Amino acid sequence: MTETHYQGKLHHLQKELMSEYYAALTAAANGSGVPAAYLLIGGNPVELLRAFDILPVFPEVNALQLAVRKQSLPFIQSAEFMGYSSDNCAYVKADIGMYFGGRETPFATIPEPSLLLCNYVGCNVYLDWFGHLAEFTGKPAFQLDIPFIRSASGKPSKEDIEYVLRQLHHLIGRCEELTGRKLDEDRLREAVRLSSLTGDLWSKIKHLTKRTPAPYDAYFDSVTMMAPLYCLRGTPQGLEFFETAYAELLAKAEAGIGPLEKERFRYVIEGPPPWPHLRAFRDMFSRWDAVAVASTYSTVGGLWEFGFTHDPDHPLESIARHLLEWNLTNRNFLQRYEQIERYLEEWNANALVIHSVKSCRLFSAGQGDMREYFTKRGIPTLLVESDLEDPRYFSEAQMRNRIDAFFESIAHRPTREGASV
Amino acid sequence: MKYAAGIDVGSTQTKCIIIDENKKIVARALTDTGANITRAGERGYEAVLAAGGIAREDVLCVVGTGYGRFKVSFGDLQITEITCHAKGASMLFPETSTVIDMGGQDAKGISVQNGEVVDFVMNDKCAAGTGRFLSTAAETLGLSLDEIGAISLQARNPVRLSTVCTVFVESDIMSYVAQGKKTEDILGGIHSAIAARTIALVRRVGLKPSYTFTGGVSLNVGMVKMLEEKLGAPLNVSPDSHYMGAIGAAVFALEHAMSAAAAS
Repeated sequence: MTETHYQGKLHHLQKELMSEYYAALTAAANGSGVPAAYLLIGGNPVELLRAFDILPVFPEVNALQLAVRKQSLPFIQSAEFMGYSSDNCAYVKADIGMYFGGRETPFATIPEPSLLLCNYVGCNVYLDWFGHLAEFTGKPAFQLDIPFIRSASGKPSKEDIEYVLRQLHHLIGRCEELTGRKLDEDRLREAVRLSSLTGDLWSKIKHLTKRTPAPYDAYFDSVTMMAPLYCLRGTPQGLEFFETAYAELLAKAEAGIGPLEKERFRYVIEGPPPWPHLRAFRDMFSRWDAVAVASTYSTVGGLWEFGFTHDPDHPLESIARHLLEWNLTNRNFLQRYEQIERYLEEWNANALVIHSVKSCRLFSAGQGDMREYFTKRGIPTLLVESDLEDPRYFSEAQMRNRIDAFFESIAHRPTREGASV
Repeated sequence: MKYAAGIDVGSTQTKCIIIDENKKIVARALTDTGANITRAGERGYEAVLAAGGIAREDVLCVVGTGYGRFKVSFGDLQITEITCHAKGASMLFPETSTVIDMGGQDAKGISVQNGEVVDFVMNDKCAAGTGRFLSTAAETLGLSLDEIGAISLQARNPVRLSTVCTVFVESDIMSYVAQGKKTEDILGGIHSAIAARTIALVRRVGLKPSYTFTGGVSLNVGMVKMLEEKLGAPLNVSPDSHYMGAIGAAVFALEHAMSAAAAS
């Protein structure tokens, strides 16, 4: 019933390393001379920036950090005051509000960008976000055009890969202009090698939740590991973090220790978390002894657990494949179904929870059909809605009511063969 | 004789039921929830004990349900009203496959099998299509909530509402009043719009007879008829449908008391 409050080494190391990262952002904001590139999480090509010592800045990570600290609303409101619609993506509004609020946050001063690298085409709002930032900052925007996965095979075509590779070469040219130095191919290979090792460890960590009990919650605890996965990937510190995390979580798995005293329900969860109410949302599941054993959200930046690994011998090709094929947001919806089905089967889960995001219709559209799809296959599926950034969309009493009723109903239900209740 | 109690602390009203060991309803109480939810549960419980002339010590178990269920601090268990409505509906109408519940701020569809919830849907934070919508409409027309259902049955040319928004319905009604539309036709339109919206919601869990209509709005004869017309099937409605959550809670309380007694 009660949650085990464990703060292992990985949590402390995460805090320490992310503080160092934010200190570097603040230093850049204060004129350290290190150029900063804003980029997006979906399939982020951070390795390329590492080769040029360009500091990656993720506006989405900054926005969610504001939300977790319950600081997002004033920034959202100031963006609405500027004229952004109440229906607009709340990440965008929090970021724009923060930008015009002096880029000061409780965790860092966010530097002005030297480059706006819009690497995610899955969202037309994001294109405009970076377009607006380019206008506000007067800095150049570089748009990577990543074709969606359109084939039945779920693979990008040869032409898709060549198309993205050509753009990566253009991007290298832009980075060379920005930094005044040629690409050091050894440094790129090294960053890709570190990412490859990091990705392999992250994949192993993901597979640990196949065990019963799962040694960590694949939604609420995965988010602790996701910030280093984006902000520190391709660095020795990033690798060190994932080595520590894997060793610690493996030890928990071996010892049969989970995040809760008892594991009664194993579920898969789709959609980003309600960051402004993360603790309250987590408690709604913990009180049912329910553990998320897999989450699609933890694959927005990259989908490593199904076999992807960066290849230091083919650095640019593997960056292109990461952008095209190996992240949730560039995949089609049928692939998302397939991913969830694999989680349900291989991770031995017996329910699906969908958290739909009010201010992001692009991610959430189709989730009503998804609910039906899985319900028809006998998977108890709950669809709840709030927001990832705007605290005003979260109604605690209604959310709790739905989650309680959902677990009350599956508590009585015969389970799928092999799935545990 | 020993008893079990169910207390449904809803957003608008608190419903309390006491049943005996044979699951026969022996007392009911209906009180306004008000601002003090903790007090609402206690007050409702006192009222139902008094109504049945039953002593507290003769009640084996109390189950709290509804939004205020966690405030029923003297209760033995808390169960959501979704699960309780399914249980209550199946006790009164064992053939129930779908529960349509319309309360003060909620509209729900619950798919039921053997008294247990298979699936459910609810309206989200918006109160469109709930009891609150009807009470706003009644107030705008200067009528009481109790009379609008019967009046709506007299509609000959029901108006078409442009909204089911609880806030905007007022201006919609006023414009029809200004056009000289008859009250019964305006009410006919209102009932039709809400019934259509509710059915669209319930469709998401599957429209499978037999249907049981619960919640405060089930007392509205106009809404019963409108839903029946649109579903093309009769609804099970009991004079106690309003109490369905509390009835289900009381049944859970009795089962809990019996299994505890069996275990000891």
